Amino acid sequence: MAVTREDVLHIADLARLGVDGARADALTKELSAILAHMEVLSAVDTASVPPTDGIGAEGTPLRPDERVSPLMERTLESFAPAMRDGFFIVPRLATHEDPAESGA
Amino acid sequence: MSVESFGKLGAAAIASSVRAGDASRSDMIRASFERAREIGAGPDGLNIYLHSDEQASLEEADAIQKRLDSATDVGVLAGVPVAIKDNIASLGLPTTCGSKILAGYVSPFEATAITRLRASGALIVAKTNMDEFAMGSSTENSAYGPTRNPHDVRCVPGGSSGGSAAAVAAGITPIALGSETGGSVRQPAAFCGVVGVKPTYGRVSRYGLVAFASSLDQIGVLGRTVDDAALGLETIAGFDKMDSTSSDVDVPIYRLSALGGLPPDKRGPEGVAMESIRIGRTSVPIPPPPSASTLEGVVIGRPKEYFPDSLDASIRDLCERSLDRFRSMGATIRDISLPRSPLAIPVYYILAPAEASSNLARFDGVRYGLRVDPGKGLKAMYEATRSQGFGPEVTRRVLLGTYVLSAGYYDAYYKKAQAVRTLIGDDFRSVFSSGVNAIFTPTTPTTAFHVGAISDPYEMYLNDIFTVTANLAGVPAMSVPIGRVRRLPVGGQIITAHFDEYTMFRVAYALEASLGAEAHQ
Amino acid sequence: MSRERYEMVVGLEVHVQLKTRTKAFCGCSTDFGAPPNVNTCPVCLALPGALPVLNERAVELATRAALGLGCKVNPVSIFARKNYFYPDLPKGYQISQFDQPLATGGSVAIGKNEAGADVQIGITRLHMEEDAGKSIHDRYPGATAIDLNRAGVPLIEIVSEPDLRTSADAGAYLRTVKQILQYLDVSDVSMEEGSLRVDANISVRPPGQTKLGTKTEVKNMNSFSAVERALEAEFERQCALLDSGGRVEQQTLLWDGARETVRPSRTKEGSHDYRYFPEPDLLPLKQDEKWIGDARSHLPELPDARKKRLVQEFGISPVEVEQLTATPALAEYFEAVARVSGDGKAAYNWVMGEVLAALRASSGDITHFRIRPADLAQLLNLVRDATISHTAAKRVFALMVETGKLPAQVAADEGLLQVGDEDAIATWVDEVLREHPEEGTRYLAGEKKLQGVLVGFVMKKSKGRADPKRVNQLLSARGG
Ligand SMILES: [Zn+2]
Repeated sequence: MAVTREDVLHIADLARLGVDGARADALTKELSAILAHMEVLSAVDTASVPPTDGIGAEGTPLRPDERVSPLMERTLESFAPAMRDGFFIVPRLATHEDPAESGA
Repeated sequence: MSVESFGKLGAAAIASSVRAGDASRSDMIRASFERAREIGAGPDGLNIYLHSDEQASLEEADAIQKRLDSATDVGVLAGVPVAIKDNIASLGLPTTCGSKILAGYVSPFEATAITRLRASGALIVAKTNMDEFAMGSSTENSAYGPTRNPHDVRCVPGGSSGGSAAAVAAGITPIALGSETGGSVRQPAAFCGVVGVKPTYGRVSRYGLVAFASSLDQIGVLGRTVDDAALGLETIAGFDKMDSTSSDVDVPIYRLSALGGLPPDKRGPEGVAMESIRIGRTSVPIPPPPSASTLEGVVIGRPKEYFPDSLDASIRDLCERSLDRFRSMGATIRDISLPRSPLAIPVYYILAPAEASSNLARFDGVRYGLRVDPGKGLKAMYEATRSQGFGPEVTRRVLLGTYVLSAGYYDAYYKKAQAVRTLIGDDFRSVFSSGVNAIFTPTTPTTAFHVGAISDPYEMYLNDIFTVTANLAGVPAMSVPIGRVRRLPVGGQIITAHFDEYTMFRVAYALEASLGAEAHQ
Repeated sequence: MSRERYEMVVGLEVHVQLKTRTKAFCGCSTDFGAPPNVNTCPVCLALPGALPVLNERAVELATRAALGLGCKVNPVSIFARKNYFYPDLPKGYQISQFDQPLATGGSVAIGKNEAGADVQIGITRLHMEEDAGKSIHDRYPGATAIDLNRAGVPLIEIVSEPDLRTSADAGAYLRTVKQILQYLDVSDVSMEEGSLRVDANISVRPPGQTKLGTKTEVKNMNSFSAVERALEAEFERQCALLDSGGRVEQQTLLWDGARETVRPSRTKEGSHDYRYFPEPDLLPLKQDEKWIGDARSHLPELPDARKKRLVQEFGISPVEVEQLTATPALAEYFEAVARVSGDGKAAYNWVMGEVLAALRASSGDITHFRIRPADLAQLLNLVRDATISHTAAKRVFALMVETGKLPAQVAADEGLLQVGDEDAIATWVDEVLREHPEEGTRYLAGEKKLQGVLVGFVMKKSKGRADPKRVNQLLSARGG
């Protein structure tokens, strides 16, 4: 499966990496070359491999529902790029991004 | 104490002299920084440290000196200067992961491993250079310039924990923390002629380790000697309720392994004596001189896939010499096969980038780190921040990871790789359940290469070819110096079963004692 | 109309905030209304190096919800990352569940059909996930303000089968699910406070066709009635589209409550590719059969069971029981009053009458109501024993609400204890006849219908203390 330029632009968009034209061409070649090395896997018979999910004796450890003070030795203001009245401030969404679609 | 002699002291010796009151903690700090200056560790030299603050370190050392009574101090690493890879969150010094996107970022909390080091008396002196977000095998991918190999400044120190390996190799600190995802401690340890340990997945808490590929990442230890690495690992290992993937398997006293075959689940019959050995209040030399029975009963596997015909003949010869030493100390050498190991690089370079693409999404310019805002809305801010904040290798891997997880490709790449990962692990399980106690291989296919020598990404990835299997299988592995080729160090790799670091150290102590000075010739 | 030519097919996704003290993966408080970003820590801020650890209580509540909704709880479930960028999603992914959810295959009954059989709505799956933070777009010009206090709060998502056929059924389903969750005590289930949110998937097809039509997703409804109205609007839109020879396009729509219409969201379809994969920072969640069995046997009584029991035990009607069991708190209050007083009918009348009126007047809720059930029961008993009159009881009730005192004491303090004594009543009757000579004379002359007026005068004179039965008897005797 060779990677196309459109693939690169699409995944760059998903990953918010802002790849420009010239770089997209170079990355198309690089990713195709790397993925060509992965083709060897398609020949491996994995039909008998059980799904890795859920294997192992232990389940995920659980934490009691108790409040823990956050133990932050520095304030949010000390590292946040922009804050106001306790809020993180980011640039307003452009028109093609819809605020009502945030979250789940 | 002279700077010269400091550079040769092991962690145990430093801690004993501090506990005995023969030297103060600030003496050690001064000696460490003096050594760094002497060797030229700064940005225009070997470029080992990204962040350090001699004055603050001295003040901290003095404060501890005043607080602790030498006579009752049982800190295993009392007064031992330790350098930390820059992707492990620390209080005080910044944590930038060798990336522009975290330039100037100081963590408001500290990694569990660092907290444990401090609790045992260690002094954190610096954050070391690394490939950006641990993605690389040469430390050339640091946004802050490459680190140079102390053995030959034209060469890379390996990576991604190149700064930590170089700090130890240069005699600046006896112990440094690194991190592994595919060999990032063992490979630079081999290139720099030091000991590098990657513990079992789950052995050391990842809390505070900035994630690259969560299912593979482990904090590891670089040490001047096997003993330094053993003391370092023992200090940071053990269950942590802040890391759901950390394991509560008991941590044995690794030093005991040097004395013989005590099983790892025993802390020894006499608690007091054991404790003395742990902190070095004993006349027993660690390790004792090797004998014909040092490795009696130990079966060491030699996997043919790790000794291909294409392997550098000098490296092969040094490995054979080590295998001979094992035999002469009573071990049995058995030819074995790990047939799926050749698939490890493709598997790794699907799974690790996939997880990385998700783990690095948090670097978005919203809450911390770099923000580049062209004033064209939120998406433009994200893209400008991330394209300017990440270097080319990180961008490449995030794209690769996004691609293999994206709709239509998940099954062919991610799912397939996950299944083959299981098969690679099965190979190790069947070898260890067939009576093999440890596996011995070369750590790397080559010695350190020149800065700028490798430009093809996949060729660079092949540096991990012998190390990455242990990460995929989750088993412990370490690299020990076994000699030199054309003046450059060569590492031998010891791999054992899950949570059997004890046997791994036993074999390593023996090999180190048996090779003696030859390990560095 | 459309309704004859097309059938509505609806499935709902309900997101419910679990009632925990702390977030799903860190020890931060879930309290509502704290100053921005105060309830945050390295984990929910997604600081470099922080890791999640699952909240035990969240698992317990999610499991309880799953069992209460008739689902099968999977012994192993897997957390997965749902990857997308949004400034209120700190990690750049939401920890959710995808391939192996906590529970599958449940159902709820939302009422009876014409034939009298239960209408069952299937539940496809129930999974655990974490909430995002809050983005505030209208606070600062040109900027969005981010508050991460909600980020990481534990949620469950309940996905129904496309079994709903009318907007009214959708409303009934939502009310039923909400009531069950209230009875299970797993959530505050308040749409106003954001602890319950609903998205709808809707398609249309000609009746009798089994194949599903192309569906759209409708979001942004802020009440159950908004869900019903949004479904009606989208149903009409889809029908009109098909009638005019068009095709329904798969897309996400936003309900605009002010305009009573749906509008397409501007995000391109297909731009969402969430790249789910198993969350490597957490191990699989394991719940063995014994644990699930224990949880099942400790489930609180569900609404249907309680209704049946209350009808049987206290002799109230099926209509009355519906009102009483609207919320578990009201039902529990009623049951306590009825049990202590031994009079279900009176308990029903008082709870649905005086108690609800008092709560409405003070905009309080039953769990914090000042009169405890046992005290109300005592008041009912005072009436039953004719110690106080019904009229006086209402006054006593009002004073109990005001002062928090016990009924017997209030009645005594206020001199409201009923007087059954012949002599006292006779004196009041005499006085009334003397003070109202006209009515008195006409009554004594045989104008029986004036008896009620005279009883009223006596009650007033006695300040409600006279036993009206006795007054009536006495007047009747006089009137001969
Ligand atoms: Zn938190």
